[in-house]
Amino acid sequence: MRGVPIGWYIALSSALFTTGLIGVLVRRSIVVMFMCIELMLNSVNLALIAFSRLHGNLDGQVLSFFVIVVAAAEVTVGLALIVNMFRLMGSTDADVPHRLRS
Amino acid sequence: MSSVLAQAAPAEVVGSSAEFWVFVVAAVIALATAISVVMLRNAMHSALMLVGNFFVVAVLFAVLEAQFLAVVQIIVYAGAIMVLFLFVLMLLGVSSELTFSGRVRGQRIAAVLAGLALLIVLVGAAAGPFLGADAICPAPETAGDLCAGLSARNADGNVAGVGRLLFTDYMWPFEVTSVLLVIAAIGVIVLGKRHLEEDTSDVGVSTAAALAAPEPNAPRGELVAAGTDGEEDQT
Repeated sequence: MRGVPIGWYIALSSALFTTGLIGVLVRRSIVVMFMCIELMLNSVNLALIAFSRLHGNLDGQVLSFFVIVVAAAEVTVGLALIVNMFRLMGSTDADVPHRLRS
Repeated sequence: MSSVLAQAAPAEVVGSSAEFWVFVVAAVIALATAISVVMLRNAMHSALMLVGNFFVVAVLFAVLEAQFLAVVQIIVYAGAIMVLFLFVLMLLGVSSELTFSGRVRGQRIAAVLAGLALLIVLVGAAAGPFLGADAICPAPETAGDLCAGLSARNADGNVAGVGRLLFTDYMWPFEVTSVLLVIAAIGVIVLGKRHLEEDTSDVGVSTAAALAAPEPNAPRGELVAAGTDGEEDQT
């Protein structure tokens, strides 16, 4: 067995994305849900870089770079929101904030 | 394409077996750490598994000839972002979750089934066309130009290639990115500052203090009480 087809990288990326999605759907702690979102972003980066190699240009790597930058900005704002939510509710459970429903 | 592979002399080996083994090991570790992030009940363990996942994916980036992004992945993700996560986890003192299941009945099974369906669709639609031997990079000379050109663009080094593209074709998105970062920084400052002004008593956050301290406006007290009631009902 020699070489790795790009499809294997895409398949691995799909598996990582699916794992992150299941984590977001299953977990209740908002921090862990956030980590799973990072997992999904990371898997998309892997797919972008794999396709960039397949097509022989660097545009996918540049897009992946932008994804990393946006993820950094998103993490800072999201974690600030989580800290604020913990100060308000005293919990990081995703089911606790249901004020709008009642 | 198989005929091309059959004709390939040992001199022009399609791909490299080193890439294959690195991919296998990295893929196994990446999947194991990703599943651990989802399965482990302690949030701190999940965060550490996520760090391992980021490192392994950085290895895959390096294998895919994206050296710059591999280093950026380690510095930004495994460095900055995970430090933020661990900082927040330690600040909040989040312990392990009591249960995974949410309000919806059968949420776990439904989530796993939906995830498996998505995985089948993604693998079939996105990865399926590129599983053949003609999608192996670096392509041999006879295999067409599917992945030719990356080595030419990386001739001055991957950093120079990405930087050149970033400052010519993607100049405008790059500038917008700086605006986004400034907005995010200002937003975080605003979010962090508001509660320090309202109640300076409990800077070191504790649930008991937050519950005991009478809030200046009544709805927030009700809100805290309602939140704890709901939590008790579920657990």
